[in-house]
Amino acid sequence: MSVILILITCSLLVAGGFLAGFLWSVRTGQFDDDISPAVRILFDDETVPKPIENKIKNPDNV
Amino acid sequence: MHCSSCIWLLEHLGKLEKGILRSHTDFIQKELSIVYDPTQTSLRKIVEKLHQIGYPPELNLKQTDKSEKVVRSRSRIYKIGIAGFAFGNIMLLSFPEYFSGGTYHGEDFSRAFGYIILFLSLPVFFYSAGEFLENALLSFRQRTINIDVPIAIGIVAMFLRSSYEILSGSGPGYFDSMTGLVFFMLIGRNFQNKTYQWLSFDRDYKSYFPIAVSRIYSNRQEVVSVNELKVNDRIFIRNLEIIPADVLLISESAEIDYSFVTGESRPVRCEKGDRIFAGGRLNGNPAEVVVQQEVSQSYLTQLWNQSSGKQEYKSGFQKVVEKISRWFVVITLLIAVGSFLYWYAIDFNRALHAFTSVLVIACACALALSAPFTFGNMIRILGKKGIYLKNTNVLEKLADIDTVVFDKTGTLTEAENATVEFDGIPLSPELKKAIADLANASSHPLSRILAKKLKDEGHTNSQLSNVVEKEGLGISGQSKQFFIRLGSSKFLNDSTTYPSGFQTTTVGLQVNGELLGYFKFHNRYRPSASPMVQKLKRDGYILSVISGDHEHERSRLATLIGQEEGLAFEQKPEDKVSYVVGLQQQGKKVMMVGDGLNDAVALLNSHVGLAVAEDINNFTPGCDGILLSKKFGSIGALLAFAKSGQRIIIISFIISLLYNFTGLWFAVQGTLSPVIAAILMPISTSSLVIYTVLASSYKARTLLKDA
Repeated sequence: MSVILILITCSLLVAGGFLAGFLWSVRTGQFDDDISPAVRILFDDETVPKPIENKIKNPDNV
Repeated sequence: MHCSSCIWLLEHLGKLEKGILRSHTDFIQKELSIVYDPTQTSLRKIVEKLHQIGYPPELNLKQTDKSEKVVRSRSRIYKIGIAGFAFGNIMLLSFPEYFSGGTYHGEDFSRAFGYIILFLSLPVFFYSAGEFLENALLSFRQRTINIDVPIAIGIVAMFLRSSYEILSGSGPGYFDSMTGLVFFMLIGRNFQNKTYQWLSFDRDYKSYFPIAVSRIYSNRQEVVSVNELKVNDRIFIRNLEIIPADVLLISESAEIDYSFVTGESRPVRCEKGDRIFAGGRLNGNPAEVVVQQEVSQSYLTQLWNQSSGKQEYKSGFQKVVEKISRWFVVITLLIAVGSFLYWYAIDFNRALHAFTSVLVIACACALALSAPFTFGNMIRILGKKGIYLKNTNVLEKLADIDTVVFDKTGTLTEAENATVEFDGIPLSPELKKAIADLANASSHPLSRILAKKLKDEGHTNSQLSNVVEKEGLGISGQSKQFFIRLGSSKFLNDSTTYPSGFQTTTVGLQVNGELLGYFKFHNRYRPSASPMVQKLKRDGYILSVISGDHEHERSRLATLIGQEEGLAFEQKPEDKVSYVVGLQQQGKKVMMVGDGLNDAVALLNSHVGLAVAEDINNFTPGCDGILLSKKFGSIGALLAFAKSGQRIIIISFIISLLYNFTGLWFAVQGTLSPVIAAILMPISTSSLVIYTVLASSYKARTLLKDA
C-alpha cells in the first residue's frame, strides 16, 4: 500500500509544477490583459506557408 | 479601443505607416505600445497617423508626471492561485476521511496524509489569508470590529484546532474547509474589485491642460513644458488651445471661452491688457500673452487644491454591516464560551472540542461573501448599460442619497445642441440657404448651431463671396441677391433695442442693410431629463439645479423640474462647492451630477459625484461614477437599483444565519465532524453566491429595463 505514498508524492510534484507555471504566467503579465490576446490569435497570418511546395516535390512524405 | 477590429487595426499599424516594427495593444488599460524605426518614420508621423485613423493619443500633464509605471497589483491573483491549489489537493487527500472516518487505510496513512495536508495549508494560512488577518488586527487596534474580525477568528480557530488534531494524531482537522473558505472569499474580493482601469475617475485639473506651450524668447518660438513656465514669460496661444496659467493679454483682443471653468457657454471678449484666467480656451485668432502666475499658483489650481480634502464617509449600510459583525462576534463568543462551560463539568476534551467547533462553524463566510458578489455583479451589469462606477462603495453610498443636485449646462442640457427660433419677417428659402452658408464659414459656437439647424432643414449650397468675420462680433458676406450681416447689435450698428443679453442669446440678421429680425438661441434640455426628474420627485428625492449661466432660463427650468425653489444661477465653481457642502451640513446626502471641469470640485465634495460624458474616453472630471450622456435618463433607475442591492444582502444574511444555526446545533453538542463542516460550508457558500447573483440580475432586469 505504500505505493500510494509514492503516487501522492508524484501527483503533488506534478500539481506543484502547474502551480509554478501559473505563478510564472501571472508574473510575466499574461493575466493583465485578457481580451486582446484572445482576439489576436484569430488574426490571419500574413506570411504564406511554404511547406506546401515541399510536399509536392516529395510525395513520399505525405 | 472598443472591439476586436480596433485591436486588429492598431496591431497592424505597420501596414499603414512604414517604419513601425511592432505595435501591441493592452485592451484593459487602453494602451498601445509601439516600436518604430526612427530612420523611416517619426513620432510625429505616427501620432498624425493615429489621429487620422481615429485613435488620437491622449497627451497631458498628468501622464508626464507619472515618473514610474504603475505596477499592477497581482498579489491577489497569486493568493487565489495558491489557495485554489491547496484547496484542491487537500480536498483530494481528505476524501478517504469523509467515507471511512480514517479506518479504511490504517493509522500510518492517515497520519502521513495529515502531515501533507498540514504542509499544504501553511501557505494558505500565512500568505493567502494574510489580508483577512491583517485587517482584523488593524481594526482591533482601532477598537472597532469590521467584517474581517469574525472571519479571522474563524480562520485562526480552524487553523489551531486542525494543527493540534493532526500533530497529536487525534483527528483529521478542518483544513479542507479552511482552505476552501479562504479560496472563495478571495474570489469574492477579486470579483468585487472589478475596476474600469481605462477610465480615469481621479483626473485633476492637470489633465485638462496642454503639456507644452510655445514660449516666445527673443523673437523665437520654443516649445516648453507647462511646468517650466515662469512669471513674465511670453507665450503664444493658438485657436482652441487652453490657457494653462493666469496671463495678461498682449494682442489687441481675444475671445475666451470659459465654459470649462465656469460653465457659462458664451465666450468672453478680452481687450489688450485684460487678465485671462487659466482654463480659458482661446477662440479665433492666435494671441500672445504674458504669464502672471505660474501654473501651480493659478486661480484654477488653487480652487482645486483648496477643496481637495474630501472626507470619506461611511454609508449607512456599511454601518449596518459593522453592527451585524459586532453582534456576530459577541454572540459567537458567548455561545462558544457557554458550550465550553457546559461540557467542562463533564469532559474537558469535549468542552474544548465544542468551543472550537462553534468558532469554526460560525465563521462569517456568508457575511463576507454576499456583499462582494452582489455589488460585484451589480457594478458589472451597470457597466454593460453604460454606467461606470468607481468601486462598489459607490453603490452603497448611492443607496443613502436623498438629495440630487444637477448642473445645468452640459448636464441637463445637451452640450452641442440648442434650439433656434427666428423672430422677425419670414425668410425665403434662398435667403436661408445664404444664411446657412454664411454661418458655416464662422467658427463661433452660435454660428455652428445656426448652420447645423439650417442644414438639417435642407438649406445649403449657395455661392458666397466677400465673407468677412469680425471675431466675436459678427460675420458678413455677399450672395447673388443678398448682402447679409449676422451678429451682435454692435456689429450691425443697430440702435433698435431687441432683447439681447440676459433673456436669451440673440443674433441679429441684416439683409441689404435692413434689419429683418433676430435669431434666438435656447439651450435644449435632454429629452430624457423631464421623465427622469419626474421619477426622482416621485421617489422622494430633493432636487436642485445649479448653473453657471444667467437667470434667463429660470422659468423654463422651473417648469421642467416642477418647482421654484432649489434653483441657483450664476454659480462659480466655488459657489457650487459651497452649495453642495451647505446641503451636506444640513445632514443631506448629496449626489451631484455634472460634466465639466467647472463642476469637478463640487463632484469631489459631494457624497457621490456622477459625471455625464458624451464619450467615456474623453474629458471626465474626477468623480465616483461616469454616466454616458445617452443614459442620462436612467439616474432614477440607478438609485432604485442601488437600494435594491441592500435588500438582497440583508436577505442573504438571514439565509446564512439559518445555515449557521444548523451548524451550531452540532457544534454545541461537541459532535461536529469535519465531514459535516465540509458539506455545510460549500452548500451555504454556493447557495448564497447563486442567490445574490440571481437576485441582483433579476432586479437589474426589472429596474433597469429601460436603461
